[in-house]
Amino acid sequence: MALEDTRTLRFFNRGPSAVARLVFFSVLSLLLLFVDARYRYLESTRQVISIIIYPFQRLTALPGEMWDGANAFLSLQSHLVAENEQLRLRHDADSAQLKQMETVLNENAQLRTLLEIKQRAEYSVQAAQIVYLERDIFKRKLFVDAGEQNGVQAGRAVVDNSGVVGQVTRTYPWLSEVTLVTDKDNVVPVQVVRSGLRAAVFGSGNINELELRYQPVDVDIQIGDELVTSGMDGTYPPALPVARVVRVERDPAYPFARITCVPLAGVDRHRTLLIVSGVPALPPRPVAEAVQDNAERRKNPLRRGKP
Amino acid sequence: MRDQMTMDREFLLPASRRFIMASFVVAVLLEWLPWHGMALVLRPDFVGLLLLYWCTHKPHRVGIGIGWLLGIFVDVADASLFGQHALAYTVLAFGGLSLNRRVQMFSLKEQSAHVFVLLLASYGVYALVHWQVRGYVEWSYFLGSLTSALLWAPLTLLIQTLRRPRRNPNEL
Repeated sequence: MALEDTRTLRFFNRGPSAVARLVFFSVLSLLLLFVDARYRYLESTRQVISIIIYPFQRLTALPGEMWDGANAFLSLQSHLVAENEQLRLRHDADSAQLKQMETVLNENAQLRTLLEIKQRAEYSVQAAQIVYLERDIFKRKLFVDAGEQNGVQAGRAVVDNSGVVGQVTRTYPWLSEVTLVTDKDNVVPVQVVRSGLRAAVFGSGNINELELRYQPVDVDIQIGDELVTSGMDGTYPPALPVARVVRVERDPAYPFARITCVPLAGVDRHRTLLIVSGVPALPPRPVAEAVQDNAERRKNPLRRGKP
Repeated sequence: MRDQMTMDREFLLPASRRFIMASFVVAVLLEWLPWHGMALVLRPDFVGLLLLYWCTHKPHRVGIGIGWLLGIFVDVADASLFGQHALAYTVLAFGGLSLNRRVQMFSLKEQSAHVFVLLLASYGVYALVHWQVRGYVEWSYFLGSLTSALLWAPLTLLIQTLRRPRRNPNEL
């Protein structure tokens, strides 16, 4: 303490003043922000830093994993037997349905050949464990333990056993960042199972709520309707369950109906997710349309109010 | 209380570089624990709080540059935009530096009030950047600054206990 007090008496020994440093680092941060938000040049830097901090991140996930492990180790045998029984029943029921589905698939393939429509492509899935859930209340994101080293690419769809969870938005060597369908303004192209109506479902930023926007007031949607992916964008394979409609408000004062859905996938229920790979790439979009699309996206943040 | 504190400060060990670094590592690990749901909303900003502590108590050691560097690391871990936390921590470190003489004159309770305002400013910077980029603000985010400010007194006491020399080196 005494040593430091004498140091403060010497003039000009602390380099630039605090204000100068504040200005310097603020400008540096703003520059980085601008470059990162606009151009995404800094992905390689992010990768390098992510490798440095990876061991620490795994370390913080350890208590949760140990808790799970201890739970599994200490679970009672009677409980296991009951669970086993339940799973066996479920398996029997599922395999019966699977047989049925195989028949339907064959039939469908035949009909498609007859109608000369392109065959539905099969896709493979890859299992990944959730390392941790969202870090920031602004974002609906999570990290899974499969990364570039496991062949994961950004843009892949992520599902669990009950529905679509989200999309891989960034990959690191051993981790991938998954943006959930409930992330604010995240869009998934969907189709209503009952009526075949195509629509787009938007994330609301709330973990168990999705919005079906821009549908006219008299749209044919009922409470309980199931929404599945339409496969229109080439990101999500078709016919994966996404959400169920829970509320439809038809107020003629507004141009659009307000439709609220709940996502079907339960991120908070299990640790394992599936990353879908091998969805066939669609032919590239015509250029003129793409430009218009970009312009629209840039305009959008300015008027973001609900319809 | 105040007498006790000033007396303690007289006898604090000089904080070694290693101790400061270790404290930041612990803070970062705490921040990366799998918080979610309500705990995430109320999660205190451990790194910011610790940065503020060192900026007010050891302004020659920890300053704006270290705050900025920490911000970059947190940005990568949180998958936020590069510079978002860095900017917030720069502002926070500047606040800590410019208030370092004043803050130490007050009792812990009064210090917490000062710290709350500084943290609010830093949270505000973060939210402002988010609003500029994504176009909306989640107001419950600011609750974190309140829990952080409440943690100021325990944190100060903890670190001062760790920095207090043992009276008898043979004592356990």
